[in-house]
Amino acid sequence: MSITLRNVRKDYDAQTEVLKDISVKVETGEFFVIVGPSGCGKSTLLRMIAGLTPITAGEVSIDETVVNDLPPKARKLTMVFQNYALFPFMNVWDNVAFGLKARKMDQADVKQRVDEALKMVNLTELAKRKPRELSGGQRQRVALARAVASDAKICLMDEPLSNLDAQLRIKMRQEIYALQRKLGLTLVYVTHDQVEAMTMADHIMVLNDKHVQQIGTPSDIYQNPANDFVAKFFGTPQINILNAHRSQTDNHVLNVSSDLEIALDEEVPAENVKIGIRPDDMKVEATESVEANATVKNTEFLGDETIIYATLNSGEDIHVVVPGQVNYRIFQPIKVSADSNLMFFDTEGNRMNISKEAYVHA
Amino acid sequence: MDIITKPKLSRRIWDYALLTILAVVVLAPFLIGLWTSFLPTMQIAKGNFLSTQVSFQNYIDAFTQTPILRYLGNSLVISTATMIAQLIFCSMSAYAFVFLKFKGRKFLFGLFLATMMLPFEAEIIPNFQTVKALGLLNTYSVMVIPFLTSAFGVFMLRQSFMQMPIELKEAADIEGLGHFQFYWKMVLPYNRIPLMTLGAYSFLGAWNQYLWPMLTTFSNDFRPVQNGLRQLQSEETFNDWGMIQATAAIVVIPTLIVLFIGQHYFKSGVNEGAVK
Repeated sequence: MSITLRNVRKDYDAQTEVLKDISVKVETGEFFVIVGPSGCGKSTLLRMIAGLTPITAGEVSIDETVVNDLPPKARKLTMVFQNYALFPFMNVWDNVAFGLKARKMDQADVKQRVDEALKMVNLTELAKRKPRELSGGQRQRVALARAVASDAKICLMDEPLSNLDAQLRIKMRQEIYALQRKLGLTLVYVTHDQVEAMTMADHIMVLNDKHVQQIGTPSDIYQNPANDFVAKFFGTPQINILNAHRSQTDNHVLNVSSDLEIALDEEVPAENVKIGIRPDDMKVEATESVEANATVKNTEFLGDETIIYATLNSGEDIHVVVPGQVNYRIFQPIKVSADSNLMFFDTEGNRMNISKEAYVHA
Repeated sequence: MDIITKPKLSRRIWDYALLTILAVVVLAPFLIGLWTSFLPTMQIAKGNFLSTQVSFQNYIDAFTQTPILRYLGNSLVISTATMIAQLIFCSMSAYAFVFLKFKGRKFLFGLFLATMMLPFEAEIIPNFQTVKALGLLNTYSVMVIPFLTSAFGVFMLRQSFMQMPIELKEAADIEGLGHFQFYWKMVLPYNRIPLMTLGAYSFLGAWNQYLWPMLTTFSNDFRPVQNGLRQLQSEETFNDWGMIQATAAIVVIPTLIVLFIGQHYFKSGVNEGAVK
């Protein structure tokens, strides 16, 4: 079942606008991730799809049928909440069966579905336990089992993993992904975690400041971000965004102060440009202070790579990721450069159509 | 670093002595009452409190010579009816105040709370006029109808309903539960501890009523226990104190049972695991 949003808007009152003009189509069987910083309205958007929050304007359709005025039940979907929303006075089995019984499903059918769902999330042995007797990960599995047991083909998840620890999160991420594929669910998944978005999504919608910033595949969003917000949101450590201006002598050249010079094949279309360089696309070499364009502030060794925090001579902070272990002293003069994969943004932050291939040197 | 040591012996003796004295002061009336209930009235009248003629005779007398069973039965009917009514009506109106969005909700709730400021004594005269006009004097109804609901109960349940995670309501909406189903299948079981508290509170409140039944009942057929106790005292020219004490002890038993059962259930953490 597909979900279509057309120009959806949400105001809480005349002054507070939460979401503006959201249009998107989620295809059948797709793993669709809505990602954005906290407070960007992503949970509200999910609740609008579910029918828990009324929409102010626009149109929500499920399978080409407009469902604006349908109650949540009639939209035939399930929802997994951040805090699980289990019924504390029921055991695991009854928690999973509750929705099916509420829909007046045949008893034998309920039993079969619940048993199957519990088996799928490995909770068969814990069926008689109460939620309080379960660990966080197990509670999350109960919430998943509820979604699995339902015959609804749309599942909405609201930050389902954010209460789990890092290890468990990776494990559950894989389980959710596997379940989604196995059951062919159309899954709309809300998260603030760019890693979850990158690893699971077929398509990602980036929300910020009431607007859709970009909709695309993970690789598309990472490699061709629509603006500097999207570029900064994906990738750790964050992308370096540096202010550059067109050289007065050569309009094929951009300068970041006097520290970096970027030679382009084409003419620079604007006076001021922001350039984005991923930390792992940059290069560092130790050098004499005369030739250096930056000094080391700090280094962090992560095992397989090292993050170097440095300050350009002009005062702008940058960070560079280099493979393996490298040793730089604090305040050591270095020369940073890059040779491809540059992104160019205008002063508003929107992506400029300039070829990524350019050589950056000191 | 300081090492935590046991307090000095003299200090501990002092602490326990103080606690013991306080315990005796608090418990003395109960213990004296209970003790005298086992003594023959003649011994009590003589002031012979340390008599050894201890027996259950007073209890037997209480049951055989006074309408105490009738009083207990009356009180049981009144208290149970009041409790059930308060549980139903308070939980329903608390549900409305929490889960239904309607105009004037805050104002109405404020009005509810305002009635709590009014002392019961101030309501007695209009209430009496009302029940008299309805012809309810000297019936069970007269002791139940004015107490069918309580602002305090609504307030208490509203506070605890508001503590329910909003996701439970959303999950119920997605499963298509109507208001009544949500109330019955989610809200009531989720809030069983506050409901039990309110139940115990309203049962004991009704059980211990004195002023209102005194005004509205004139016969042993409807008189509840607290007024019955008073009745025993004034009916006799010679007060049979041993028997009165025995009756008082019997009257306290239901209170103790309710509190004991209550305590058993008031375990914390029963709702843990709903969220997070």
